Amino acid sequence: MSEPTVAPIAAEPAGLAGPDELAAALEGTGYLPDEGLATAAYLALVMHRPLFLEGEAGVGKTALAHALAQVTGRPIYRLQCYEGLEASQALYDWDFGRQLLHLRAAEAAHATEDTEKLEASLYDRRFLLARPLLQALEDSPSVLLIDEVDRADDEFEAFLLEVLSDFTISIPELGTVRAQTPPLVVLTSNRTREVHDALKRRCLYHWLQHPEFDREVAILRRRLPQVTEQLAREVARATAKLRTLDLLKPPGIAESMDWATALHTLGARDLDPDLAARTLGAVLKYREDTERVRSLARGALFGG
Amino acid sequence: MLGFARTLRHAGVPASPDRVEAMLVALGSLDVLEPGAVYWAGRLTLCAGPDDLDRYDAAFAVYFSGERPRAPRTVGKPEVRLAASAPLEQGTGDGDDETDAPDLAVQASADEVLRHRDVAELTPAEREHLRRLFALLAPATPMRPARRRRPDTRGTIHPARTVRRALRSGGEVTRLMHHRRRTRPRRVVLLVDVSGSMAPYADALLRFAHAAVRARPSSTDVFTIGTRLTRVTREMRLRDPDRALAASGSAIPDWSGGTRLGEVLKAFLDRWGQRGTARGAVVVVCSDGWERGGADLLGEQMVRLRRLAHAVVWVNPHKGRSGYEPLTGGMQAALPSVDHFVSGHSMAAFEELTGVIQRA
Repeated sequence: MSEPTVAPIAAEPAGLAGPDELAAALEGTGYLPDEGLATAAYLALVMHRPLFLEGEAGVGKTALAHALAQVTGRPIYRLQCYEGLEASQALYDWDFGRQLLHLRAAEAAHATEDTEKLEASLYDRRFLLARPLLQALEDSPSVLLIDEVDRADDEFEAFLLEVLSDFTISIPELGTVRAQTPPLVVLTSNRTREVHDALKRRCLYHWLQHPEFDREVAILRRRLPQVTEQLAREVARATAKLRTLDLLKPPGIAESMDWATALHTLGARDLDPDLAARTLGAVLKYREDTERVRSLARGALFGG
Repeated sequence: MLGFARTLRHAGVPASPDRVEAMLVALGSLDVLEPGAVYWAGRLTLCAGPDDLDRYDAAFAVYFSGERPRAPRTVGKPEVRLAASAPLEQGTGDGDDETDAPDLAVQASADEVLRHRDVAELTPAEREHLRRLFALLAPATPMRPARRRRPDTRGTIHPARTVRRALRSGGEVTRLMHHRRRTRPRRVVLLVDVSGSMAPYADALLRFAHAAVRARPSSTDVFTIGTRLTRVTREMRLRDPDRALAASGSAIPDWSGGTRLGEVLKAFLDRWGQRGTARGAVVVVCSDGWERGGADLLGEQMVRLRRLAHAVVWVNPHKGRSGYEPLTGGMQAALPSVDHFVSGHSMAAFEELTGVIQRA
């Protein structure tokens, strides 16, 4: 993504006077939040509470975490959740291969006389493979993005609860890692299943909606400066109309951006019905949806 | 603020004390004179899902416009009567005296007869007896291969464990360690029709659903369908079947109403199914297929459901009657997309259904 580079504002959230200032800073990165989202993000920063974001796919849940990392100048660590995700893939693992190599190297150098010391050296930090959760704590202050938490299992949620409540991880062989400043945690969910109340209770909850017309035009203009104002407005209007059609997958901002890019690439300066029909694949991802939209009067939907 | 929290709880938003505390902290971090501050501080901390948002907005409007909080909304609601809980209140004592007295053999044979009786034709006392049989029903869950592996004596080689073990013996690989794929319960989704035509069976079907949820709380989901879709999984998690049914009864707004199967199924697939609830699941539709709207939409949605689900089971209590033919428009439209078509009219049929679900 080619985002305009912005000078990070003070890493300390106290440097931000309120949601408005955070909104302005986010706008600098090309992410245009509404009042609710800006307030949510601000409170998450100030209250050190994880931010739980739900909403349709493609409304900018993940993008917010990246924008927040950019605004605060913090590094971002992303944990993509999936079914069967285990603690060793989220926290840390020992690099057994390298440990074995180390042992063999020591043996070859005939340095094996002090076995206790050798054994201790096997559990050195350099043999520890830090996974996103540990990385985020070690590198605090940071931004930790736990993406699509609804895809992980129940047990993993319980485990997350433990880490997110005190931001410490204890490694039996090494000791406890504690974050000096709790990372800014953003959890996203597409609501494929209900996430446990206990986890939600620890978080601020925000439901993201598709943006209003003006905001969507502004987002398109901001993220795709090459696209004409006219095209941006018409794409936003058509996308908004598509969202009212009760489709299997209503298009999100990501789709409207794809569509505008596709149209622009084909040389469109406004929403030409013919080009629009040819590029529908950028917005609609189901055959049924495409047929439905095609069968409706084209003129009514595009252009005009 | 506490008064507001109380109003919210009446409106059905779970504003627990720790959430209220979070709201106060949030208010402290915001400029309270800012117009949206109170609204957002409350919404971000007190709500837990999209369903809460409308209730929150309504309660917020009421409370901060100076209106008195209204009485809990349960007042005007029709009292839901569940077939099996009605006789329970009147004659528990009598029933106990009667059923405790006979010796085991008699009782066992009575159970056996009851197992095959149509639940719609039972007397209140027999229903009460059946209620106990439901408590013994333990539906087994279908399993699926999991991504995760588990140490095993056979299977593929587990490099990490092999090397870890080698470290103990000075770096010498003395034994190969293995692991194998685990199995995990497959998700089961029950869609129970609570419309008027299914009223004699809805109670038994919901009891069956309760038994299924109790067996695997984390991988079972229950929805009721009729004129609208209601998710009752949370209510079904209550341990006691009667309380669970009463709770879901008050959550179901369209009890004994009409049927709009096609539309409701579409709502299920749009809001839940496609996002993952039905994906790879065993979906059990419990309905007589009596469709008031056109059957085309139902047919379309069933095709869609079958593409998402691992298996589609249709339970129709009328199928148990002799001479039943699936002639209703809804049934005709749905059958091509159904993997297993079973009856659900008696205890024996429910036992058979558990087998079908497990093997699906």
